[in-house]
Amino acid sequence: MSTTPEPVPSRLDPEPVPRRDFLGIASLCSTAAALLFAGIGMLRLPKAAVLSSPSKRFRVTLPESLAEGEAYIPPGRSIALFRDEEGVFAISLVCTHLGCIVSSIPDGFECACHGSRFDPDGGVMKGPAPTALPWHRVTKSEDEFIVDEEEIVPMGTRVSL
Amino acid sequence: MSESPRKNSALRDFGANLIKSPQRILRSAMRSGSPTTDRTRSEFVFGNVFLHIHPVRTHRWSLRWATTWGLGTASAAAFLIALVTGVLLMFYYKPYPEVAYDSIKDIHFVVPTGRFIRNIHRWSANVMVVAVLLHMVRAFYTGAYRSPREFNWLIGLGLLIVTLGLSFTGYLLPWDQLAYWAITIGANIAQSPREVTDAVGITEVFDPGGLQRQLLLGSDIVGEEALIRFYLLHVMILPLMLVILMAVHFWRIRKDGGLTRPDDVDDRLGPPPPDTYPVFTEAPAKTYHLAAIVRGRTSAVGQGPENTVPSMPHLFYAELGVLMVTVFICVALAIVSDAPLKELANPAVPENPAKAPWYFLGLQEMVSFSAFMGGVGIPTIVVIGLGLIPFLDRERQGTGESFGGPGGKKLVLESAVIGLALVIGLEAFAIRFGWLREWYPEIPQWVITAVNPGTILASLYALYSLWLIRRYNSARAGAMGLFTCFLCGFVVLTIIGSYFRGPNWDFYWSPAEWPLH
Ligand code: HEM
Ligand code: FES
Repeated sequence: MSTTPEPVPSRLDPEPVPRRDFLGIASLCSTAAALLFAGIGMLRLPKAAVLSSPSKRFRVTLPESLAEGEAYIPPGRSIALFRDEEGVFAISLVCTHLGCIVSSIPDGFECACHGSRFDPDGGVMKGPAPTALPWHRVTKSEDEFIVDEEEIVPMGTRVSL
Repeated sequence: MSESPRKNSALRDFGANLIKSPQRILRSAMRSGSPTTDRTRSEFVFGNVFLHIHPVRTHRWSLRWATTWGLGTASAAAFLIALVTGVLLMFYYKPYPEVAYDSIKDIHFVVPTGRFIRNIHRWSANVMVVAVLLHMVRAFYTGAYRSPREFNWLIGLGLLIVTLGLSFTGYLLPWDQLAYWAITIGANIAQSPREVTDAVGITEVFDPGGLQRQLLLGSDIVGEEALIRFYLLHVMILPLMLVILMAVHFWRIRKDGGLTRPDDVDDRLGPPPPDTYPVFTEAPAKTYHLAAIVRGRTSAVGQGPENTVPSMPHLFYAELGVLMVTVFICVALAIVSDAPLKELANPAVPENPAKAPWYFLGLQEMVSFSAFMGGVGIPTIVVIGLGLIPFLDRERQGTGESFGGPGGKKLVLESAVIGLALVIGLEAFAIRFGWLREWYPEIPQWVITAVNPGTILASLYALYSLWLIRRYNSARAGAMGLFTCFLCGFVVLTIIGSYFRGPNWDFYWSPAEWPLH
């Protein structure tokens, strides 16, 4: 009698093992989820919750001699104050292109970094700056003025003397 | 114990062993005799953890200067130099505003050899940027990105980005005027996606630009938080990333079968010159010798072992030579030219002109039209374009030959002429006549973001490359044209940014004409 031996299943032949598949997939997914959450959690650390920056409101006394059209820049601030017959106003000196400090020139402002030029009201005349220099809220308190760097007001807003 | 029971023999052995021990220590470390035979030369390579990333035998094609120009090795060598000198600088550098400036001044003027080490560090960083760029250029023009090396090309791109990041973060550490204004501009470029979100009007709810800037600076101003972050990136995060990527890069070179070579490489090389170490000196009849030493696919598989030579000494001496040349270049530059140090950072007055490091001056030139396009948009498009090259050019012809074989040089030359003409023409026009904002001050920003010399140039290059694909019926022709054009654009814009831009980013024919102020 001839018996053909039962084919021995090769270890290399794929044999479905549903239970192990399930466990494998479950552990892979849970590891991935855990890593994802850990990653997001760790990314929260470098995003500072409290920003260490100096106070945005400050007081200034304008010098008596300040002529019309002349800029007064309070020390350590990047804001210029002007006085004309209608009142006092403050224009930011931070270039709206990439943040260099613009300098006040007779017919407006100019930026050293990429050559943006602004008119005396801060409107863009030339160069890559996308928007006008913002104006900031000025309020009067007795002889002094309080400038709020956080609050932007429409171009042309002045506080009367 | 000694065999003879004579008195004092142990003591005599002790003396003899003591004398022999230096030699034995060396031997136990090397694990093989001096590399003079095939076997010991092989053991020299794979028995050593530092050397065993190399193959035991190297193909003669890989050793030709014209195959690599040693540029990959030079990149790694420059990194090694920067690593050693950088660790030395860390002995004195203090990452805190103003203190940082003083510590660099101390290093420059007080610390023994401090200035020399600082100069070498600065120059090795520049040499590394040049070497990496040229290495990419050579990998491109020899078609080395093609299958199976697509992934290694991507790893290479990662290396390029990390290299630029390392150089840029290092530029900021001295906290002088250059550093301060470079961080300010860099951080605002990171914020420039606002140019787009503002135009769409969604910045209030979705502000990736603001988030990037805040993550980079750790604050809303450029101050101590920003400096410590750049320091951390420069001395820890980016070097770690570079080392990991380098390990993968080198490992992939081996796994991809060594360096790219043309199909008919044996005919091109001819018989080995008599002064190379012949193959299989020990048992010429047994060709399985190699397989017995290294299992699996080696660079020799399918190429016939005839054209490989032992890596020790052929490859190692060449690498040492490249290392020495790189050291020589860095040291020579460090002797003739000091690393710059401007005045202490002054947040009230920008440096004028405020220039980025040279390899970013091309970007700065484009940024001077649109912050978002020049600083984020076009660089992203270029990186994506470079990354796609190996997946769009699936041809085989000309792999391993410079400029893809006959006709390639002509194509590259033609593309170079067109690339140069377009970039010079556009720049000349913009410098002479200004751009949209000067003509129509009220124009909305999104028009300028979309239409500026940078975007026009990129579109023209892309159109030209599509036309090349049609004309030659070959994606490789298009890729070569595009790559050459962008290379020309990069070089010309960098030169304009470096030499022809002065105070207020105005055009000057030479720095000698800059107004004094
Ligand atoms: C830190 C930066 C880098 C280092 C240290 C480095 C190192 C190396 C080394 C030592 C080689 C061996 C051959 C040679 O010397 O040319 C090599 C090959 C290669 N590299 Fe890089 N590389 C770097 C960046 C890049 C970049 C930016 C790219 C491209 C985007 C790139 C793509 C390649 C490719 C495709 C190969 C294989 C070449 C062939 O098969 O002929 N690498 N690299
Ligand atoms: S920062 Fe003012 S023009 Fe660029």
